[in-house]
Amino acid sequence: MTLDCDVVVVGAGIVGAACALRLAERGEAVVVVDRASPAGGATAAGMGHIVVMDGSEAQLDLTVSSRALWREHVGSMPDAVEYDPCGTLWIATDEEELATAEVKREVLRARGVEADLLTAAAVAEAEPGLCGGLAGGLRVPGDAVVYQPGATRWLLQRAVQAGAQLRPPVAVERVGDGRVALRDGTTLRARHVVVAAGGQTAALLETRALDDAIRPRKGHLAITSRAPGTCRHQLVELGYGRSAHGHAAESVAFNLQPRRTGQVLVGSSRQYGATDASVEPGVLGRMLRRAVALMPALAHLLIVRTWAGFRPATSDGLPLVGPLPHDPTVVLAAGHEGLGITTSMGTAALVEAIIHGAPSSVALAPFAPARAMAGGVGA
Amino acid sequence: MPDHICIRVDGVEHRVGAGTSVAAALWNAGVRAFRVSPSGAPRAPACGMGTCFECRVTIDGRPDTLSCQTPCREGMEVRTAHEA
Ligand SMILES: Cc1cc2nc3c(=O)[nH]c(=O)nc-3n(C[C@H](O)[C@H](O)[C@H](O)COP(=O)(O)OP(=O)(O)OC[C@H]3O[C@@H](n4cnc5c(N)ncnc54)[C@H](O)[C@@H]3O)c2cc1C
Ligand code: FES
Repeated sequence: MTLDCDVVVVGAGIVGAACALRLAERGEAVVVVDRASPAGGATAAGMGHIVVMDGSEAQLDLTVSSRALWREHVGSMPDAVEYDPCGTLWIATDEEELATAEVKREVLRARGVEADLLTAAAVAEAEPGLCGGLAGGLRVPGDAVVYQPGATRWLLQRAVQAGAQLRPPVAVERVGDGRVALRDGTTLRARHVVVAAGGQTAALLETRALDDAIRPRKGHLAITSRAPGTCRHQLVELGYGRSAHGHAAESVAFNLQPRRTGQVLVGSSRQYGATDASVEPGVLGRMLRRAVALMPALAHLLIVRTWAGFRPATSDGLPLVGPLPHDPTVVLAAGHEGLGITTSMGTAALVEAIIHGAPSSVALAPFAPARAMAGGVGA
Repeated sequence: MPDHICIRVDGVEHRVGAGTSVAAALWNAGVRAFRVSPSGAPRAPACGMGTCFECRVTIDGRPDTLSCQTPCREGMEVRTAHEA
């Protein structure tokens, strides 16, 4: 059987783009297929915080390695990526959160991630716009911010320079056994198919065992008019972990991002069960009230846009990265929830290791899709 | 209510019909760059109904005010990108 290429990558969000680049640089003949223009899915809707997260050992592994991969490109990323090494400042609103900050510092330091505890006075000096009465904070200076649509286009552009082919928009209907059936009737044949279709991934597979593995978790964001200096770090409340890792039907947390334009990107909310992307005044209101409570100056800025998008969430907070147990031609790279901008880089490294049977510095097992299959492996 | 009122646009006096929105007054006065985008591109009203935020100007010292949602008032001081 003649192959059309070595690897078809389905999905040109940030995860597909990072995988395409990595594989093309490795010398594979890569074809990228998306039903729409690149970076239009969850990637367009989110925030571009590059952050080390310690929800689990595997999450820590993947975010630490991913952040290091982003940092390898400092200096060579074009302006359009808007890479800003602003760091994260985790805010402790009370003594309990300060204790959380101390634990987090030890966990991060054990991985060689720089993290410094800040007193309440040091937090006020670092971020004068924050309200008074905070307990302190934890600064992680190696974290950063990107403009993720720009980053995705940059990754794809480099993939194309390395020989990858980006097809004009066409939907994929089915993937399996080294084949990719396109809506226009064409079938592409490849040695491997990387499915990086975010929340739509399971629908493209022949098995139904993963249909409930990735659930949409809605998130609202708002962006202000230009007011340079309003905040200097990505600011996140330590209670964010409870919002992100908990499975409450709905939660909001303080999460601010300084943009290069001087605008402030305001997040964030998390909701299960919502299916349309319309902005909900109730959720948006709670999110903005939380933001203004901790950063009072926001009350005087203008919100120029609000929107919502869907994080592709798995039940254990880890993406599905690896071959399907019953069809190793199909390699999944999906379900990155609220960390896909960060972990796109590390995911691409995992996918490369899987496809080439090469050693991986990050353990593969915790990401194996088999764990999420209804009815067990191969069902 | 008088038929006409006077507003100042970037320091220049203009006579406009009472009840005119600031956006309409500026457009009639020939203003095309209400504000500039971060890349320096001129911006002007797109929707006329308060959703696109492209028509922002400074009105009586208050920046980022939607000109399409603000009626002209006697003696109003408007500043556009022209002066930014
Ligand atoms: C509000 C919010 C805030 C966030 N903040 C952050 C953050 O600060 N940091 C961070 O790291 N992450 C963040 N995220 C998460 C991040 O945005 C996602 O994890 C990431 O974008 C997922 O990328 P992806 O490439 O897997 O999916 P997507 O971007 O959704 O890409 C999937 C692609 O597949 C294509 N596709 C789907 N079905 C088909 C088909 N049948 N045929 C062909 N193509 C198809 C789609 O068109 C799309 O382009 C946030 C997300 C949200 C919603
Ligand atoms: S013209 Fe769109 S908000 Fe004023």
